[in-house]
Amino acid sequence: MTPSIRLSGAEVRRGGRTLWTGLDLDVAPGEFVTVLGPNGSGKTTLLTVLLGLLPLAAGTCEVSGSAPRRGSADVGYVPQQTSVDPLTPLRGRDLVGLGLDGHRFGLPFRGRAERTRRVHEALLQVDALELADAPVGALSGGEQQRLRIAQALVGDPGLLLADEPLHSLDLARQRTVVELLERRRRDHGTAIVFVTHELNPVLPVTDRVLYLVDGQFRIGTPDEVMTSETLSELYRTDVDVVRVRDRIVVVGAEDRLVHTGGGPR
Amino acid sequence: MSTLDLLSLDFVRNALLAGVVLALLAGLLGPIVVGRGMAFSVHGTAELAFAGGAGALLVFGTDAIGWGALVGAVLVALLFGALGRAQRERDSVIGVLLSFGLGLGVLFQSLYTGRSANKFGLLVGQIVGVDVGDVLTLTGVGVVVLIVFAVVRRPLLFASLDPDMAAARGVPVRVLSILFAVLLGVTVALGVQIVGALLVLCLLITPAAAAAQVTASPTLASVLAVVFAEVAVIGGIVASLDAGLPISPFVASIAFVIYVVCRALGALRTRRRATRTALATG
Repeated sequence: MTPSIRLSGAEVRRGGRTLWTGLDLDVAPGEFVTVLGPNGSGKTTLLTVLLGLLPLAAGTCEVSGSAPRRGSADVGYVPQQTSVDPLTPLRGRDLVGLGLDGHRFGLPFRGRAERTRRVHEALLQVDALELADAPVGALSGGEQQRLRIAQALVGDPGLLLADEPLHSLDLARQRTVVELLERRRRDHGTAIVFVTHELNPVLPVTDRVLYLVDGQFRIGTPDEVMTSETLSELYRTDVDVVRVRDRIVVVGAEDRLVHTGGGPR
Repeated sequence: MSTLDLLSLDFVRNALLAGVVLALLAGLLGPIVVGRGMAFSVHGTAELAFAGGAGALLVFGTDAIGWGALVGAVLVALLFGALGRAQRERDSVIGVLLSFGLGLGVLFQSLYTGRSANKFGLLVGQIVGVDVGDVLTLTGVGVVVLIVFAVVRRPLLFASLDPDMAAARGVPVRVLSILFAVLLGVTVALGVQIVGALLVLCLLITPAAAAAQVTASPTLASVLAVVFAEVAVIGGIVASLDAGLPISPFVASIAFVIYVVCRALGALRTRRRATRTALATG
């Protein structure tokens, strides 16, 4: 089967600085890869590459067997949260609809019924039907985030890229979103690349972790990567990784990362 | 003569036709102008259209006013379109160019020795001076703007209201920004010749701002903005004929009243939604 993502010898440079180099990563359909690392380690940049917005400095990148292409219908994207002005003329259903055909030029007359149906379905998936007619700018961060996920899923993507999608959601909503993503990859074989500061909410569904620190990285199952030894190597300082019940707690290198609590960045 | 008699006159009919076309364009572009936070750059574009028109009048005479306004407006709109999204930088550049344009315009006008009606028209409008040729030009240009706008509307809306996501989805955000600036420049240049530089804002901003108060649907916002703009222009022309005064104060006042009413309705709507949310969350 064609891997959803195939990176080999990938190197990314930004502003004259090499963020990471020699990255080899195959992501299978339906696989859940969690990307961790401190700010500035190039987590979001990885998504930018996969979206086809930034070329690699070296190496190759394939998404579903071909070079990443801007605006590919096969890639869904949940961006980092941005605030929307309260008076923006945009309702929940409009935001989701833009994810489906917002990039398309031409008159919007074809396939209206189908469009309405798919938007409705996407809203239903994230339990956000009641937000369909609400102005996006008047919604809470969590409500906007659910719409963003619907916006990313409405095109029925084979690959979903999510940048801190749990940020500003309460625990119950976090769980809903994680369950939703879990169902999505199980039922539709959608591969998920999930960038976050906080591993614990997605620990039960994470197949592999990509941990980026200062151009160094480790890839493996959470058990392989989230060890005192590995993280101490990555951070080049003493880091203790402790399992407490079903959570992983990282102690040390606090100035570099926010691992516990899931609070604001 | 009664208003009805006046309406049967050719020049009045021309004025009304021109007003209808202009209001349609302004109403359609307005919500995007508001969505992109471009009110100030519309004002800047209008002043440069004024300077361009005044310069053309001085050098080439009355027939060149339209072209001068068009060149001034489109050039500066392109420049504004190419300025990024950083609000502060944008505001100050617009402020610098706006005041310079206004200064130039006033200079050109003081040097002009022809009829004074030609001078003030660019600032406060000279809709009664519109002839059949003007209406045809306006309609022709209007149709072109409409067609281009219809084709790019959806990605333009995406790029204006949700820019980061639009860029990630492959929408050519920068190209659209420049293209929209040209559409806007053309519309402003037409508007300056009819309602005047000082009043272009009240057709491009006020109706759309009013619509944004009462609906969050982008389609309905466009429809309402067009309706509001049409009401302001047609109402303004008819009222000015009746009173024998320039149309500007009437257009501006009608648009303003519509805005105030919509704002009140909007406040009511927000309060009702807040109550509903409070009830729902207990």
